[in-house]
Amino acid sequence: MADVLSAPDIRAGRLSPEDYLKNFDDIHPPLDRHEASVEADRCYFCFDAPCTIACPTSIDIPQFIRQIQTGNPVGAAKTIFAENILGGMCARVCPTETLCEEACVRNEAEDKPVKIGLLQRYATDTYMDKVSGSHFTRAAPTNKKIAVVGGGPASLSCAHALALKGHDVTIFEAREKLGGLNEYGIAAYKTVNDFAQREVEFLLSVGGIKVETGKALGRDITLSGLRGEYDAVFLGMGLPGVNALNAEGEDLSGAIDAVAYIAELRQETDRAKLPVGRKVVVIGGGMTAIDIAVQTKRLGAEEVTILYRRGQDAMKASRYEQELAQTNGVLIREWFQPKRLIGEGGHVVAIEAERTAVDANGRLSGTGETERFEADQVFKAIGQTFIADPVTGGSDALELDAGRIRVDDARKTSLDKVWAGGDCVAGGEDLTVAAVEDGKLAARSIDEALAG
Amino acid sequence: MTDLTSNFLGIKSPNPFWLASAPPTDKAYNVIRAFEAGWGGVVWKTLGEDPHIVNVNGPRYGAIHGRDRNLLGLNNIELITDRPLEVNLKEIKQVKRDWPDRALVVSLMVPCEEKNWIDILKRVEDTGADGVELNFGCPHGMSERGMGSAVGQVPEYIEMVTRWCKENTKMPVIVKLTPNITDIRKPAQAAKNGGADAVSLINTINSIVGVDLDVMAPTPTIDGKGAHGGYCGPAVKPIALNMVAEIARDPATAGLPISGIGGITTWRDAAEFMALGAGNVQVCTAAMTYGFKVVQDMIDGLKEWMGEKGYTSIDEFVGMAVPNCSDWQNLNLNYVTKAKIDQDLCIKCGRCHIACEDTSHQAITAMVDGARHFEVIDEECVGCNLCVNVCPVENCITMEPMTSGVDPRTKQPIDNKFADWTTHPNNPNRVMEAAE
Ligand SMILES: Cc1cc2nc3c(=O)[nH]c(=O)nc-3n(C[C@H](O)[C@H](O)[C@H](O)COP(=O)(O)OP(=O)(O)OC[C@H]3O[C@@H](n4cnc5c(N)ncnc54)[C@H](O)[C@@H]3O)c2cc1C
Ligand SMILES: Cc1cc2nc3c(=O)[nH]c(=O)nc-3n(C[C@H](O)[C@H](O)[C@H](O)COP(=O)(O)O)c2cc1C
Ligand code: SF4
Ligand code: SF4
Ligand code: SF4
Repeated sequence: MADVLSAPDIRAGRLSPEDYLKNFDDIHPPLDRHEASVEADRCYFCFDAPCTIACPTSIDIPQFIRQIQTGNPVGAAKTIFAENILGGMCARVCPTETLCEEACVRNEAEDKPVKIGLLQRYATDTYMDKVSGSHFTRAAPTNKKIAVVGGGPASLSCAHALALKGHDVTIFEAREKLGGLNEYGIAAYKTVNDFAQREVEFLLSVGGIKVETGKALGRDITLSGLRGEYDAVFLGMGLPGVNALNAEGEDLSGAIDAVAYIAELRQETDRAKLPVGRKVVVIGGGMTAIDIAVQTKRLGAEEVTILYRRGQDAMKASRYEQELAQTNGVLIREWFQPKRLIGEGGHVVAIEAERTAVDANGRLSGTGETERFEADQVFKAIGQTFIADPVTGGSDALELDAGRIRVDDARKTSLDKVWAGGDCVAGGEDLTVAAVEDGKLAARSIDEALAG
Repeated sequence: MTDLTSNFLGIKSPNPFWLASAPPTDKAYNVIRAFEAGWGGVVWKTLGEDPHIVNVNGPRYGAIHGRDRNLLGLNNIELITDRPLEVNLKEIKQVKRDWPDRALVVSLMVPCEEKNWIDILKRVEDTGADGVELNFGCPHGMSERGMGSAVGQVPEYIEMVTRWCKENTKMPVIVKLTPNITDIRKPAQAAKNGGADAVSLINTINSIVGVDLDVMAPTPTIDGKGAHGGYCGPAVKPIALNMVAEIARDPATAGLPISGIGGITTWRDAAEFMALGAGNVQVCTAAMTYGFKVVQDMIDGLKEWMGEKGYTSIDEFVGMAVPNCSDWQNLNLNYVTKAKIDQDLCIKCGRCHIACEDTSHQAITAMVDGARHFEVIDEECVGCNLCVNVCPVENCITMEPMTSGVDPRTKQPIDNKFADWTTHPNNPNRVMEAAE
């Protein structure tokens, strides 16, 4: 971040130490025992529960809530982990308002769903406190070796499920730590106290999973090499690239990739060291845009504005996330697309944006009318991309679909012995929980293939 | 490894959770679904002689609800099976053949003649069922025909019918008791004297669950009229627990196996029945409220709890609480407790205060130094536990034993010696410790 320090008004340490602690504390404080028992009592133990159907990993929600009701939270956690080994993280990061809680029948009854996410957190937190290591045991060794590329939720879920079946798994992760975006991407106040690493430890404690960090596919290892050496390969590489704005001035200092900044924020324990502008403009409409906006605001930025090229309804971030941004004092300006970044002395000072509209054919285009937004920093949060080179560049090339890896329902790729899941595959939802499900399904398919 | 396997009278089942004789065990379709869901065994819906009885064609059930329509008590006016005997027997035979590892006991109720019992026992034996349960409990409909609780209320009849059955079958005989009686020990003793292998209890309790104030008739109302029914579900659990404990403690029936029934809804309920001496448990209302899947939590929760406590098999804790079931006169009068309010948990609703102020011992403040504040006044607190029970926050008020110093209420020093009513100076019939 050294390059942005010379900027007009970009400073670290805008707030008092207490404010940093407060701003980056748990956004949803966990339920205590009393709250959990009152909330659990609201569940009707529905038949063929709509919440379970809406959960991408099909957690038996009525069952685990009943277990909380009957004073068995550890059993509840086991029910959760049986379908979703990252149930602890999902309890923190799932947009429940568009998943299980949206489906809860209590919405019909009184417009107020059971707080499934918080109950899930109560159960999994209790488990983490009470159980040392893991209650899972591995099946007898099969002597089959599986390579898992990437260490994010998709890969972790896949690796754990395969280890349980008695296979030997090796994870190759380009970065220093496992966890993927759980460690480097999710908003800090959603996963406090190093939860991502604690969850990784829990997951690895079952045994049978070797970890090789600092190893990147395409740099240190190749797909054909892995296919030769291992019985199966799972790819869970996420979306390592970012979309370009394609606007003039994009290279000015102060025009920053939001994902990279968040990664830095997540790794910096002393948030007072993070430089942030007085005026911040964010471009984008997804989870990343919301997260960078809220987090820069909480780092002390005075004015944070999100520019989104369509109406708020079309934002990928849920209504709840949008409201979170707004209650944090972020201004959302809809129907604006960036035209050019204006710089002074090599540093961005403002952004010129053009109003947009949808024409009769539903096509979005600029209206020609522009507005200037002052900005000390401009964050680009307009989506990430898959970097296909490591899986298409060599002799073993995978088929893609709209720039991501093509897979079938079992998460099998076009190449023999290779499966893939998570953000790097086509047709997904780009959610942690969806990545976990992909890893689970792929593991099932790999295990069947190896047994056959 | 925690093992839930149950062996009740030599009848083995993978867990101690059986479905009680009732609609959930009425026919093969239900029973198969129950076994698929994980139930360890069933007691088939009570069989009777042909022509089979008929049920009302209007509402059979009424209920008591708690807050949020949580079902607490269920009332029914259903009778025994309303299907032909032959149909039931055929299904029983097939189900037992297909599910050999599950317990299948058949409940019976026929008129009070030895010949009738011999007949039906033979036919049940042919099905390969694991045992029979004699239904001396049904409190409505059948009792008016001299069966069910009409038998169960007369210990001599119980003994007689039990003996007939024991003499005419090799199958284990369980006698199901009605709670509609003053002293539950008498029918249990009669069953034992007749040779019963076990007793099961409780059947439903005579009840009127409510009155329709427009129709001016008890509910459920059938064409303007209602009849008393049988009450079951969570509300009856305390009554059932006491009856189980009474039999377990009675020297005359000590060691007689008990199948615990009545309001069991969670693994914890089951564990409580078992701690009081029930070798296994039977469930009806919980399944009728939530479906067969409730057994999953029972199995898992019991296993989890046993693991935590270090029990490896259910026999290790069955009956463990029986020696601690005492009588009032043998409770330690020197044991002093005071209520204590955890101010961090208190939400300041004031329920403890008003309960104590209006109806008990004026031992909880409402206001301290001009601020709303609820705190126990040790000088007044008799340690009754009422506030603990009315407080909406679990563990917010606790009872703290005093083990030393002076009780601020009585101004008497705490005496750690045991002393009960039998030796108390106020007891005119006290046992004199030494002749004067
Ligand atoms: C800022 C942000 C906030 C988000 N917030 C939420 C949220 O609140 N809730 C939610 O459900 N989802 C959220 N998401 C989405 C969620 O994080 C992803 O869907 C999820 O992490 C995808 O998991 P994955 O395993 O596919 O990939 P990732 O988590 O991206 O993990 C991929 C891993 O592969 C490694 N890798 C990449 N290339 C290579 C290579 N060549 N060789 C070796 N390793 C490689 C990467 O270093 C990384 O560790 C958010 C995403 C972002 C960017
Ligand atoms: C609708 C209904 C029908 C019943 N029929 C019988 C029966 O045929 N034979 C019998 O022994 N008990 C019968 N019972 C009593 C139950 O087996 C059980 O003893 C009682 O319901 C208490 O258990 P619970 O609180 O778990 O429901 C019936 C109960 C209900 C609710
Ligand atoms: S839909 Fe709601 S009430 Fe029904 S089981 Fe799920 S959480 Fe419980
Ligand atoms: S529970 Fe079924 S059989 Fe009974 S009244 Fe309702 S719909 Fe009819
Ligand atoms: S009843 Fe409980 S919560 Fe209410 S005032 Fe008393 S101690 Fe506090």
